[in-house]
Amino acid sequence: MIPFAHILILSAVLFAIGLALVVVRKNAIIVLMGIELMLNAGNLNLVAFNQKNPELLEGHLFALVVMMIAAIEAAVALAIILKVYKLFQSVNLDEINEMKG
Amino acid sequence: MSDMITIAFYLFAGLSIISGIFMIFTKNILYAAFALMFCFLSLAGIYVLLGADFVAITQLLVYVGGVLVLLIFGVMLTVRVEGKSLQTGSHLKWGGALIGILWIGILVQLILQVDWTAVMTDQPIEASVNSIGKLLLSKYVIVFELAGLLLLIGLVGAAYIAGAKIRTK
Repeated sequence: MIPFAHILILSAVLFAIGLALVVVRKNAIIVLMGIELMLNAGNLNLVAFNQKNPELLEGHLFALVVMMIAAIEAAVALAIILKVYKLFQSVNLDEINEMKG
Repeated sequence: MSDMITIAFYLFAGLSIISGIFMIFTKNILYAAFALMFCFLSLAGIYVLLGADFVAITQLLVYVGGVLVLLIFGVMLTVRVEGKSLQTGSHLKWGGALIGILWIGILVQLILQVDWTAVMTDQPIEASVNSIGKLLLSKYVIVFELAGLLLLIGLVGAAYIAGAKIRTK
């Protein structure tokens, strides 16, 4: 069997990688990728903890809802990024520093 | 059989971690997008090993087929055409490394303190698609309908934000 702690450690490492991407990178799209990676790490936890009560399938359904929210979030965030690119001609998060651009 | 599952888990785990670390260090946005694809694929493999077949298929359809294509579209639409267009830099390198390592340290210490033997069950893995379908239309039907409504609102909102405004006078 797969050691359960190792699944959780993998999830923690993926979450930390996503967090580092959000903190470190300049490009808004890569920040969005980091958010997706963090959501995936949470999904891995949900699917892993589903093994406590495998017949109820609560973890699987929760993971499916999280995936749906992530898809909507990616679509809306990319729309906002395209709008920001139209206004600033850049998606570098350091250059986007005006309100009511 | 059990050994094969464990070996495959470590293989997929290593692949996802390596591609995640590659995402942090690469300068090219498209390389980062493809590394994210490998990360999603290996996570789908791990879902299969954990007995979540429908979640794995949905991961392939939604993330690899949908979100990633959307992200690559975003990359293509927001880079300048001339010059070093696909390159991007980093800032706060030490801050990011510090936060990531601290976070891993805290979480790993917390995880290793707990005895997880009560969580694992040795029940045989069986297909979950039938049960998920029944649950979605009986116990979780409100969640299902709200998901559809939220998808519609998200679609309309994204099209409204990104689309060209037509001024009618």
